[in-house]
Amino acid sequence: MSSKKNKKLTPTQQKYQAFAKAREPKPSVLKNCFKAFLVGGLICTFGQVLQMLYIKYFNFTEDTAGDPTVATLIIITVLLTGFGVYDHIAQWAGAGTIIPVTGFANTVASASIEHRSEGFVLGVGSNMFKLAGSVIAYGVFSAFVVTLIKVTIQALGGI
Amino acid sequence: MLKGHQSWIFNSKPVIISSAAVGGPFEAEGAISEDFDMLHQDIWLGQDSFEKAEKKLLEQACEISIQKANMKKEDIDFFISGDLMNQIISSSFTARTIGAPYLGIFGACSSSMEGLAIGSLLIDSKSANYVLAGASSHNGSVEKQFRYPTEYGSQKPPTAQWTVTGAGAALLAKEGKGPRVTSATIGRVIDMGLSDPFNMGAAMAPAAVDTIEAHFRDLNIEPSYYDLIATGDLGTIGHQITGDLLTDHGLHIPKDIFNDCGLLIYKKEQPVIAGGSGCACSATVTYGHLLNRMIKGELNRILVIATGALLSPLSYQQKESIPCIAHAVSIEMS
Repeated sequence: MSSKKNKKLTPTQQKYQAFAKAREPKPSVLKNCFKAFLVGGLICTFGQVLQMLYIKYFNFTEDTAGDPTVATLIIITVLLTGFGVYDHIAQWAGAGTIIPVTGFANTVASASIEHRSEGFVLGVGSNMFKLAGSVIAYGVFSAFVVTLIKVTIQALGGI
Repeated sequence: MLKGHQSWIFNSKPVIISSAAVGGPFEAEGAISEDFDMLHQDIWLGQDSFEKAEKKLLEQACEISIQKANMKKEDIDFFISGDLMNQIISSSFTARTIGAPYLGIFGACSSSMEGLAIGSLLIDSKSANYVLAGASSHNGSVEKQFRYPTEYGSQKPPTAQWTVTGAGAALLAKEGKGPRVTSATIGRVIDMGLSDPFNMGAAMAPAAVDTIEAHFRDLNIEPSYYDLIATGDLGTIGHQITGDLLTDHGLHIPKDIFNDCGLLIYKKEQPVIAGGSGCACSATVTYGHLLNRMIKGELNRILVIATGALLSPLSYQQKESIPCIAHAVSIEMS
């Protein structure tokens, strides 16, 4: 806990939090890292296999095969989310299912399903990006900043 | 009658003439499934939203409870109920169906015992002849409101709990056959500065400790007076903390009579992480399992301390800590 947060707490609160903390199980970082590596790696390997299949059988090139590969992974994720399987895999896999494109597809699909009861406009439409929205907003903005830096360096004669 | 600082003694000992517990599919696989009056295989209950399903659960618990007492909806003087939904819609919409004069309460997961305490007070003060007290929660609707979409794949930490899908109701009367409500201790709001909604047990434990201590102090009795002291929905971690904290404060409750509704409701192998939670946790376990055990003669005197975390999704996002409360109700067989 940061000292800034501690300042707001009374001594009794601090004492209790230490008391409670000692009785809380810690998430196993090493085990979670291993599971995330395994599942994340498997998803990426599967994506690689898909890409190679698209190149071999559907006449895509290495540059263009990315799009159908990602689309396939998204469709599979959305189906798994809809059938209620994805969250169970994620509980076991942790970051392994969040980081790849499948995690992003899951946030959009799960929020859409969840808010279907409020209709297509106020429910699905408004809430679809409830979780993914910040990824899009900050993702696009960071890409813009990085590009700006790259362009500036190039203009100054670098790289 | 007020006793001590914050406890009520009910001299007329209002009787719980009937009670009912309704649960969902996950509860049907649980450890006390035979104590439910009705179990649903479909988490939607045939409705088109989780919120409507939760309302249905509460309606059914109320109806079964009224039926068991061979009464009609019209005989109910007051209906007291609470739940976790914004503006307690499950309770209010159920009150629309029942049609009885209604008091909506919000004590988060402590609503069950808050309702039972107020209902007993109404009976004891001769302000009512029949009071129906209920509480409900639904895993889908609660997760949707307080946390993430149900199908969202995020890993829950080992301190997270599983919201019970169900509803419980108890029908109180001046006289009749059944377990009697003898006293209640109304809790204070306690905030120890914890702010993690995935660790409610640790946040609520100090509130439970405060109310338990107040109960024994006000009534001037020992924990051994009871055959069972059950907290509402503290889960493994919160229950452990509560026990240790009470011992630390010099109030020792023997392990064999100290339990938690959140630990009783599910089987060990069910993936509930730290245990059950939600309004329906203490409501279904008390109005189903515990009262059944009392009627069977296995328990004579019990104390149920329902714990509630009084946060809102907004207060959590604004980085507020979680204020918590606990209400204790003592039920005895005469």
